[in-house]
Amino acid sequence: MPRTDTSYESAAALADPLPPAEPTATNSRRLAQELRTVRILWRRETIRFARNRLRVAMGLLTPLMFLLILGTGLQSAADGFDQYRAFLFPGVLLMALQAPAIAVGASIVWDRQSGFLRQVLAAPLSRGSILIGICLGGATSGALYSACVLTTAGVVNVPYAPSLLLVLLELALVSFAFTAFGVVAAVAITRPETFQIVIGLAMMPMLFLSGAMFPAGGLPGWLGAAVLLNPLSYGVDAIRRTMPGDGVVSYGGRVTGPERFGWTPPVLLEIGLIAFLALLAVGVASRHFARSR
Amino acid sequence: MSAVRAEGLSKLYGEQPAVVGLDLEVAAGEIFGFLGPNGAGKSTTIGMLSTLVRPTLGRAWVAGHDVLREPRAVRGRIGLVFQEPSLDEELTARENLWFQAELFGIARADARQRIAALLDLVDLTERQESLVRTFSGGMRRRLEIARGLLHAPRVLFLDEPTTGLDPQTRASIWEHLRRLRQERDITVFMTTHHLEEAENCDRIAIMDDGELVAQGTPEELKAVVGDDLVTLRTGDDQAAAAAVRESFGVPTEADGAGLRLRVPDGAAFVPRLCAGLTVPVHTVTVTPPTLDDVFLHYTGRTIREADDGPVSLADLAARR
Repeated sequence: MPRTDTSYESAAALADPLPPAEPTATNSRRLAQELRTVRILWRRETIRFARNRLRVAMGLLTPLMFLLILGTGLQSAADGFDQYRAFLFPGVLLMALQAPAIAVGASIVWDRQSGFLRQVLAAPLSRGSILIGICLGGATSGALYSACVLTTAGVVNVPYAPSLLLVLLELALVSFAFTAFGVVAAVAITRPETFQIVIGLAMMPMLFLSGAMFPAGGLPGWLGAAVLLNPLSYGVDAIRRTMPGDGVVSYGGRVTGPERFGWTPPVLLEIGLIAFLALLAVGVASRHFARSR
Repeated sequence: MSAVRAEGLSKLYGEQPAVVGLDLEVAAGEIFGFLGPNGAGKSTTIGMLSTLVRPTLGRAWVAGHDVLREPRAVRGRIGLVFQEPSLDEELTARENLWFQAELFGIARADARQRIAALLDLVDLTERQESLVRTFSGGMRRRLEIARGLLHAPRVLFLDEPTTGLDPQTRASIWEHLRRLRQERDITVFMTTHHLEEAENCDRIAIMDDGELVAQGTPEELKAVVGDDLVTLRTGDDQAAAAAVRESFGVPTEADGAGLRLRVPDGAAFVPRLCAGLTVPVHTVTVTPPTLDDVFLHYTGRTIREADDGPVSLADLAARR
């Protein structure tokens, strides 16, 4: 539809119609309101996270099982390579944030039927900022989950160094990207059942093909190509290279990250790629979101 | 200025018409009831008026703003209470209201006052710090109404506000609505398929199969039907029916429960009726016309017959 709605309604205007203020004042006011929206949606997620400890514990169970049971088992099975758990750590961190990030997309699908989102959509806000607020909320929630897993770093011989904070930032970014991908799927798919199937089918291969479980270098051609195409590979690699400690990047001398013709993108480029894809997803989703009524 | 105005408002889902050529005018300060069976197009209409469903054809203005051209202006001036629950169960009552205040850009100090006043209005002050998860259906509904009022809307849309509530809660919600109108001079636009509820409205519109079939005050609409319903049970219904037809020229309908006939002034008719019948009369009941009769009059069926299961705004969104 044509966007002719340029006059933003301030709180005062709700009670009494005021003549429209001059454009600059209106714009900055409008921006303030959009930011407020983003903030309250974000705040809601953190409140929910803090309140539902049981759900948090359940969400952490699977990644910790991977890390402590599968990781320990494979590490003792691999003769001479005693850093498998540290190697697996970035992947496990991503597993922890996957579920809460995707839950945001799922809630959009379900909220078509009922739930809090309908009320958000009925508020005088731009669809874009609602969507960004939702994505930041999911990103925060995911980052909080992976932060919980991150505290177990010492157990797998990753030292508690300040660079873990950088790792946390990267996790927040990947979490944002995951949320955004989930949201794109959610605005494109209207049936909850279909959404669940699509997500279920996408999540596992994305993780497996990311170099999180095994080194991405030196794989058979088809598998190597799939890893190179998977955006998550770059997230895993960036996190692995930021992670403190020396056992993490090396895997018995093999290349662990996505590499082509002996070249692996620098960490910043990898991060930039993830950020770009996330923003692209938000853009696509909010366009679609705005039209779907 | 009218609070709600629609001209030829229509919505098609694919080939399926949901609302057809709706013309409507609701004056400011009215409690306007939108009556019809489930599936008549009531929720679609509320969806279009509240800018959540895009009309296929036609135009509408709510609180003086065009729903298509100025959706934001409309959204800022309306309160919306959905048929389906839309509270965040993991937040407290107060936090839910706070959330809404933030979304509508209400200044903090102002929000604090309004929230306190509204919690008081819907009798939830004592439970404001409890999680909504622990609330009963009636409490949730009241909280949703409070939330719909937080930004001081001109028009409050209520989609089946009392569905699934016990009669006591329903009565208390109505009490709140009336108090509201007195205190805040707000227009209430509600849908319902409860006839008793529609009786409480200042004006009602009857909708069936996506079309508006009648509108007016409940009294006006009932006056159209006019006649009282007389139900009588006799020793021999067949003989009685024949006698009524011969002596009074009034047609009757028979069913398992007795004979039914319609006459202008039922109370005055009963003594003459009894005097004119030779068969023993067991009971006679006179019922003034109800909105169900009105519905029957306009659509040829009762509202219960027409009901084909609940349809919510959500189903419509999924259908789009």
